[in-house]
Amino acid sequence: MCLAIPGKVEQITADGHVRMGRVNFGGVVKNVCLDYVPEIVVGDYTIVHVGFALTKIDEQSALETLDLFRKMGALDEELATEEEAFARAANAPQSACPDGSCDLTGKNLRASTPDKSGSAQ
Amino acid sequence: MPDNGTPDFSNWICPLPLRDYPTIVMGHGGGGKLGNELVEHLFLPAFRNPALENLGDAAVFEIGSGRLAMSTDSFVVQPLFFPGGSIGELAVNGTVNDVAVSGADPKYLSASFILEEGFPLAQLAAVVNAMAEAAAKAGVRIVTGDTKVVERGHGDGCYINTAGVGLIRQGISVGPNRAQVGDVVLVSGTIGDHGMAIMSVREGLEFESQIRSDCAALNGMIADVLDAVGTSVHTMRDPTRGGLASTLNEIATASNIGIEIDESKVRVRSEVQSACELLGLDPVYVANEGKAVFFIAADAADRALKVLRNHPLGRDAARIGVVTAQHPRMLVARTQMGSNRVIATQIGEQLPRIC
Amino acid sequence: MKYLNEFRNGEIAQRMAREIWQVATRPWKIMEVCGGQTHSIIRNGIDQMLPPGIEMIHGPGCPVCVTPLALIDKALAIAAQPSVIFCSFGDMLRVPGTDADLFQIKGRGGDVRVVYSPLDAVELAVKHPDKQVVFFGVGFETTAPANAMSVHLAKRRGLENFSLLVSHVLVPPAIEAIMSSPENQVQAFLAAGHVCSVMGFWEYPPLADQFQIPIVVTGFEPLDLLDGIRRAVIQLEKGEHHVENAYERIVTYAGNLEAQRLLAEVFEITDRSWRGIGVIPRSGWRLNDNYRDFDAEERFQIRGIHTEESPLCKSGDVLRGAIKPAECPAFAKQCTPRHPLGATMVSSEGACAAYFNYGRFLSADELASAGVAHAR
Repeated sequence: MCLAIPGKVEQITADGHVRMGRVNFGGVVKNVCLDYVPEIVVGDYTIVHVGFALTKIDEQSALETLDLFRKMGALDEELATEEEAFARAANAPQSACPDGSCDLTGKNLRASTPDKSGSAQ
Repeated sequence: MPDNGTPDFSNWICPLPLRDYPTIVMGHGGGGKLGNELVEHLFLPAFRNPALENLGDAAVFEIGSGRLAMSTDSFVVQPLFFPGGSIGELAVNGTVNDVAVSGADPKYLSASFILEEGFPLAQLAAVVNAMAEAAAKAGVRIVTGDTKVVERGHGDGCYINTAGVGLIRQGISVGPNRAQVGDVVLVSGTIGDHGMAIMSVREGLEFESQIRSDCAALNGMIADVLDAVGTSVHTMRDPTRGGLASTLNEIATASNIGIEIDESKVRVRSEVQSACELLGLDPVYVANEGKAVFFIAADAADRALKVLRNHPLGRDAARIGVVTAQHPRMLVARTQMGSNRVIATQIGEQLPRIC
Repeated sequence: MKYLNEFRNGEIAQRMAREIWQVATRPWKIMEVCGGQTHSIIRNGIDQMLPPGIEMIHGPGCPVCVTPLALIDKALAIAAQPSVIFCSFGDMLRVPGTDADLFQIKGRGGDVRVVYSPLDAVELAVKHPDKQVVFFGVGFETTAPANAMSVHLAKRRGLENFSLLVSHVLVPPAIEAIMSSPENQVQAFLAAGHVCSVMGFWEYPPLADQFQIPIVVTGFEPLDLLDGIRRAVIQLEKGEHHVENAYERIVTYAGNLEAQRLLAEVFEITDRSWRGIGVIPRSGWRLNDNYRDFDAEERFQIRGIHTEESPLCKSGDVLRGAIKPAECPAFAKQCTPRHPLGATMVSSEGACAAYFNYGRFLSADELASAGVAHAR
């Protein structure tokens, strides 16, 4: 029920009946109905479901959330960005199980699960 | 619709002044004067070659001795013209590629047209010119053909069937059932371009983008690979309808082996990815018209990859996986998350979704 | 794509999964309500990354799956009529009715068209005044604003040839029905993030209190799902049961007031039958009196439909989370995506289809021996 994807509003028009906008989804542009997001202006990001913008994306919140996620665990890594030519990130680690103690299905091969990597809690 | 396709009517000597009736009529399929007009003034000038100019019931040519590969395909794409190409290029390149991935050097094509009454001649000319250009680029000749016309409402404007033939290289034996455990899987470039280019102009789903069909003749690139690593190539396929996923599944089944790929190595242009996100489609199921997959013996894979990347059509070639004895007849992908997912064969056409 | 790809980063996902391994000390059963979340979990193998005791139960949040068979049969009957252009999202095309599906109706000559947005259907009505254009308005609260706007515009433009075949269902009554069921094992919910972007999450605290369950508003990308699961597990471990918003960049407490205003203008609450589950009172929306004229069921008055579910199909048990798809006797045997017995096998977000397509019917041993050799 919920394929809604983020896009950037590039232009806003009123086509007589509704407020419409040209929204850019990573290079793909569609005309989207903006009637439900009257506060949105050009340059804002919004999520769009079946041709309708549902809300404005709170970009500050997005960045804070990502920052929080990134802090879980001690490793540094690259983040995929929209400027990259290819959409898939590289180098997923080997095992689905974080400390290598189980097989690929997550089945635990040991009785307990101490975190060997000693990552910060 | 390209506007360089308007035919030159000045030499047409038909009693019916066709320049005043610039559409296909039933008579064009009748084999009489109207049909001959089309051949003399449209097909011949476009496809010009000695075998065709004989205009016999069959084309006669020499091809050398050895095993032949022959392929046929029909093209019914809608719309006829899309970003990056048309039904014309598809009709030529599709068959050229099918012959080429069989390890053969495509040489001669037939071209049959089923046209709908009322189809604009200017569009036909554009399609035919596209075919001529594609054939010249691929180094093949269209040596025989046919035209039939169906009543208005009984066709989608223009359907094309092409058949192609070529001589299989000495010492080369490839097939979908020849993949071996340990083989490396290479793809010659990005996936999903053609299918999403078509989607971008499909009624009800259209969107703006720079996505263009990757439609191209691959025989030159494939010849380079065969030159370099010849017998190390066990299987070649071009992943058209059903996408990479369907092709790999077919090979897994035919060869009775398992295939493992790494999703992060499968290359998708970011715009194609975006378009897939918009419509809820998975790029691995989206059609390609200018890509090939190769199953190559492990010790030759690096060289093959280098050769591919040296070719203009293979710049984005990548090693994406291996053949395994595990899970025979199944394609398993490692996701970005480090988990595994089975990629099943597509059932029917992949449909856009909202959920 | 910005604000999408960042939330799919594999390395961060691994670390977030590690966090869940740290905090979980006991087994817990968590239900994700939304079919889109089910699809993302299975496709990305999120469930494979969790500690074995944490079980994701897949909820009935697949509107395609829960659309009543009788309504699908009505849709087929309408689509088969020669003067009708029947428009639908792609999801509905292969859902089996009693005798056929929309794809087959199209094959028999029905004018069935896949559209991206209900606005496309309105445009078709404008373009083809001689035809009746019907839009199959299926969905949860996320899709309702789009459908509401389409019928609102049709009314404003005075279109007499546009109608909506409505089957809207609501999430909070579904949660209530699941929690009230005697066989229920669900201990926490991931609420559907995009539903909440429209409705807010003010409806959930009473449910959290009534049933003493954590409810976490969650997104759809791997990092969002892992965060939602992590928060749910933390609450469960602490014995807490409140509502949390793990999708703050999109969801606010009140939701989208503009959308809610139009929804109230166009729809009214009604009892709805959920395929495989039964009638849940006040669990859906239908067009209200102001818009009754645009209701396709009223306009077309289809009679004499004889609906018959496959006796083998256990979609209902799957949708309620009572069984996993692989536990259905017909799964992967009589029932496959090519020959589906029920909607959960046809819909791309149906749990059965997800399990089948992503290989979840393989035993753990089989998958383990698959072993992936990295392509360098």
